[in-house]
Amino acid sequence: MWRDTVLVAGKDLRIEIRSRVALSQVVPFGVVALALFAFALGPDRAPMAKAAPGLFWVAVLFTTVLAVQRSVSVESSDGARDGLRLSGLDPAGQFLGKLLSVAAQLLALEAVLAVGVVLLFGTRIEAWWLIVASCLLGTLGLAAAGVLYGALSAGLRVKETILPFLLLPVVTPVLLAGTRIWQAALAGGTPSYGSPWFHLLIAFDAVYLALGVVVYGPIQESA
Amino acid sequence: MTTTVPVTAAEPAATPAALLPPGLVQSRRMVWTTRIIGMAAAVTVALTVWLGLWVTPPDKVQGDLVRLVYLHPGVAWVALYLAFGLAAVASLLYLWPRTRSLFWDRLAAAAVEVGVVFNVCTLISGSIWGRPTWGVWWAWDARLTLTAVLLILFLGYLTLRRVPAEPDVRAKRCAYAALFAAVDVPLVHFSVVWWKTLHQGATVLNANLSPEIHGSMAWTLLLGFVALTLVFVWMLLVRYRIGALEDHLGSGELEVALLERRNEGAEAAR
Repeated sequence: MWRDTVLVAGKDLRIEIRSRVALSQVVPFGVVALALFAFALGPDRAPMAKAAPGLFWVAVLFTTVLAVQRSVSVESSDGARDGLRLSGLDPAGQFLGKLLSVAAQLLALEAVLAVGVVLLFGTRIEAWWLIVASCLLGTLGLAAAGVLYGALSAGLRVKETILPFLLLPVVTPVLLAGTRIWQAALAGGTPSYGSPWFHLLIAFDAVYLALGVVVYGPIQESA
Repeated sequence: MTTTVPVTAAEPAATPAALLPPGLVQSRRMVWTTRIIGMAAAVTVALTVWLGLWVTPPDKVQGDLVRLVYLHPGVAWVALYLAFGLAAVASLLYLWPRTRSLFWDRLAAAAVEVGVVFNVCTLISGSIWGRPTWGVWWAWDARLTLTAVLLILFLGYLTLRRVPAEPDVRAKRCAYAALFAAVDVPLVHFSVVWWKTLHQGATVLNANLSPEIHGSMAWTLLLGFVALTLVFVWMLLVRYRIGALEDHLGSGELEVALLERRNEGAEAAR
């Protein structure tokens, strides 16, 4: 399973590195979203700094939709999905591989966005470890749920429009937890405040990882 | 340019009456069960209205507003627990290979659709109650937010159902979607509870199991739960039957269309 994971993740990431779609379209979209939030909240620094944690995660959520759609569409042509299905690779490995690829892209985007939040919104980050931990855990959950819903909608003609509608409400807990942990991190970072939210993120990751490992194969066969 | 050639009378599947599945239309037991439950629902709802509006006293603090207590918790119970729980269990039973049957798929679909109606009623009755007591139509309270998120998840499921596909494919896809959404509900629950809480705690099923409501009000509240559960079951049965008929008609129409195209081909070849 792990070998297959590395293979699939390597394949997806190689495609992204060579095609540069993630770099030239997905990441800029996140930055554009951040800039739009800044325009919407006006030139005053105070409301922007206050809303920064939520805006960061909303931008990440929107970009997740793009990254998942991209991850589905690289396999939509030339019968690539059937090829993967027939390749004999472990479905759990395929799930984890696609998840790692999406997660890696999202983490790169989050690094850019975090710098953007600090520079554009004038926020000061007091506890870096909270930020890093919340991003790692949140991204894992987003990627897991995203790849699952991506597989579910892959065969549909309306996949572009139905994916955000199905996926975004489901990842509400990540948005709430991520935002609250960021607020704690910006306010000085007391671990006691952040900890129930970390439990929530870990539970979310565990649920969707386990679900994906179990049902990714059957979904591929039925879609 | 295509011209539709009338289907020859030799094809029995073309007449609507022949398309009806025998087990559904001719099962008198099913029809009578539905009718009896419907009548029981009507009677209990009427009793609840009478007790709630005329017999029970107004509340010391809330006055006549308290009469919403006979409606709102019952509707919420159906929407949040009964409908969603039934949809989740039915979807799981569909996915389980040994119990796989379109029965569970249609049951899940019916539960979700009726659940949406009850969910919207929950939000509306809650808003009507919230405005005079809390001073706002909507508050970002834990339970309200959970109800709203559930409504969106329900609507997503129904949207997915509307994507045309073979009944088996659609059933499987929707069952997975229901499963993914169902495992999310406890997570959303905890996240919004920690996020904010304004709503009062449960009145009857609270932690120390001592109801904070007494006398005729308690009985009316209980009757309201029974009445709304009966309404839910009745709507569920009717919706299930419609779903089964729709599926049957859909496959019948496909056969008719295939036959028509085949006839066209035969005409052209002549």
